[in-house]
Amino acid sequence: MIPTLILVSIISFGIVQLIPGSYLTERQMDPTIDRETIEQQKENLGLDQPLPIRYWKWVKGVVTEGDFGYSFSNYRPVADVLFEGRIGFTIFLGIMNLIFVYLFSIPIGIYSAVNQYSVSDTILTFLAFIGLSIPNFFLALVLLFFIAGPLNAGANLGVGGLFVEQYMGAPWFNGFVPNMPKIANFFWHVWPYVLAVGTASLASVVRLMRGQMLEFMNRQFAQTAKAKGLRETVVIYKHVFRNAINPIITNFGYSFRRLVSGSLITAIVLGVPTVQRAYWTALNQQDEQVIMAGLVFFALMLLAGNLFADFLLAWNDPRIRYD
Amino acid sequence: MAEEYQADEVDKSRERSQWRRMWRRFRRHTLGQVGGVIVLIIAIVIFMANFIAPYSFKAQHRDFANAPPTTIHFMDEDGLTWPYVYATKKEYNEYFEKVYVEDKSKKYPIKFFVKGEKYSFWGLFESRIHLFGTGTMEAPVFLFGTDKFGRDLFSRTLWGGWISLLIGPFALVTTLLIAVPIGLLSGYFGGWVDMLVQRITEVVMAFPKLPLWLALAMVIQGLPSAYRFFFIVAVFSLVDWTGLSRTLRGMVLSAREEDYTMAAKAAGAGPLRIMFRHILPNTTTYLVVISTLSIPTWIISEASLSYLGLGIKEPQTSWGLLLSQANNLETITSYPWLLIPGIFIVVMVLAFNFLGDGLRDAADPFSTVGGNQ
Repeated sequence: MIPTLILVSIISFGIVQLIPGSYLTERQMDPTIDRETIEQQKENLGLDQPLPIRYWKWVKGVVTEGDFGYSFSNYRPVADVLFEGRIGFTIFLGIMNLIFVYLFSIPIGIYSAVNQYSVSDTILTFLAFIGLSIPNFFLALVLLFFIAGPLNAGANLGVGGLFVEQYMGAPWFNGFVPNMPKIANFFWHVWPYVLAVGTASLASVVRLMRGQMLEFMNRQFAQTAKAKGLRETVVIYKHVFRNAINPIITNFGYSFRRLVSGSLITAIVLGVPTVQRAYWTALNQQDEQVIMAGLVFFALMLLAGNLFADFLLAWNDPRIRYD
Repeated sequence: MAEEYQADEVDKSRERSQWRRMWRRFRRHTLGQVGGVIVLIIAIVIFMANFIAPYSFKAQHRDFANAPPTTIHFMDEDGLTWPYVYATKKEYNEYFEKVYVEDKSKKYPIKFFVKGEKYSFWGLFESRIHLFGTGTMEAPVFLFGTDKFGRDLFSRTLWGGWISLLIGPFALVTTLLIAVPIGLLSGYFGGWVDMLVQRITEVVMAFPKLPLWLALAMVIQGLPSAYRFFFIVAVFSLVDWTGLSRTLRGMVLSAREEDYTMAAKAAGAGPLRIMFRHILPNTTTYLVVISTLSIPTWIISEASLSYLGLGIKEPQTSWGLLLSQANNLETITSYPWLLIPGIFIVVMVLAFNFLGDGLRDAADPFSTVGGNQ
């Protein structure tokens, strides 16, 4: 994992250097700023040094001091720009998403497989195909249309972001009593986001789960269990399900991947303050150090997701051992 | 006689090549065929876009900015009739918003093969004949409405379909061009070559795709926008070769131990010949087919990039770019017809999903197509 991370950091650094223009290009165009000031700034920001040295300084800062660098556009440390007021929402929304995806997809997949070729299975399969085919951002746009129009219906619940203005600074708790209106308003903003990000993952896990269940339901051990006179539910949940679930757990890593990409564009459309959205802003501002840190952070999240999936896999299936 | 008969048999069995067997299995996969037919229909419509579209995709009808889809009337006072439209005029409603109101004084029937703007049909010939229209700009037909410049959304949607239709196949070919040699080398030689390739693959796979694509799209931002399509294809394949080359590597690893590889080696064939003449033909069918499963992802990704302004750029157009006009709340609620191109993305992706599913099932020798076991 460490060598991978080193290469990840080199690639992130390299890509950012390849982006034409920099924070200073814009200022060079500005006639009110004279050349000397720019040279001075260049030196202060360390932009006049050769690339390997700049890379080394960046990595050293990250590893020894946990310092991800400095956002030139915002005059603040990178970690503040990327994470402040965002990381909590990002993690919370990510967990909500995973719950949404797996809470619905696994039962639907099992139901579809058990009732193979029934009318409900056909409808569910078709819906899953449609879910797979809707781009996140288009679903978000359509939801936006409905939330702003018919669903909002007079009540000023707000569209986009996470709160209406009046709840923005309000505390979550008044003493020990939760601030219900704020929480309600929060969830009113969360559901379209979760739906837009999660639908594609949900659909793909449903398809995978259905295929897996069908495959293992026809295996001999399942037939033996049935022949011994075990009840259908026991056969399905204790024998078939435990075997069928493995690829779903492996797929968990991919779900993570989808989550990071899907929530990027959905957060942009719906204006939700996540880390991904800060990354997008940084891209538009050509804010080098924030882009680099963002790329490394996303890669780290994926690697962590894969690791977590490996642990789950070993826990579910004692036959799997990692050396 | 007996020998002739045998020769005949051999020919027949050769006829039943892998591709033929695949085709037969595909013919039994209804959903896959439905997908194929939809893709074909979309392709034909897009190919004839100049003829089917009533207006040029660039033409700006300034008097009809943000016009809603034209209502086509099928009924008049006497009941069912030949479809017709009314001319519209701008008025201001009680909120001082611009609205288009039908002027019911005169009916303009829809005509087929009507004369309109001149266009060139793929440089082959020039024509003024369009499939349908009213033949006059007094009462234009905007099936999907217009954008803020008064450009006909229906015509633009047809034209923009090119990008979505072609991005998948193009990205597929370039991705295979990168993935196949790498996968072959890595699987066949093993050792340090394999180690190196696997490490690189892992690193590329460690990035989530969209953030990486966005960063790479920023890198190519300064390049000429006429070739934007090809740069995007390049960006996609640079990231996406990893999965395919991994799959191929696995297949080569097992093919390396097969008897036919040993035989080729014993006969004195070099590694390149073994890889490309013996191993590759045995793995391509499956590889090409499973790679079609990525086409939907590429279509969605192109639309996402274009929506964010980092994909296809004006004056070219694509479905994602058309949707980017609807990027704020006022536009979506006031001019919801700007969301129509999104429906086309969904249909196209759905069709490619069906098609890919059918092809995958047909290529997999262990699958039971259509479930009749």
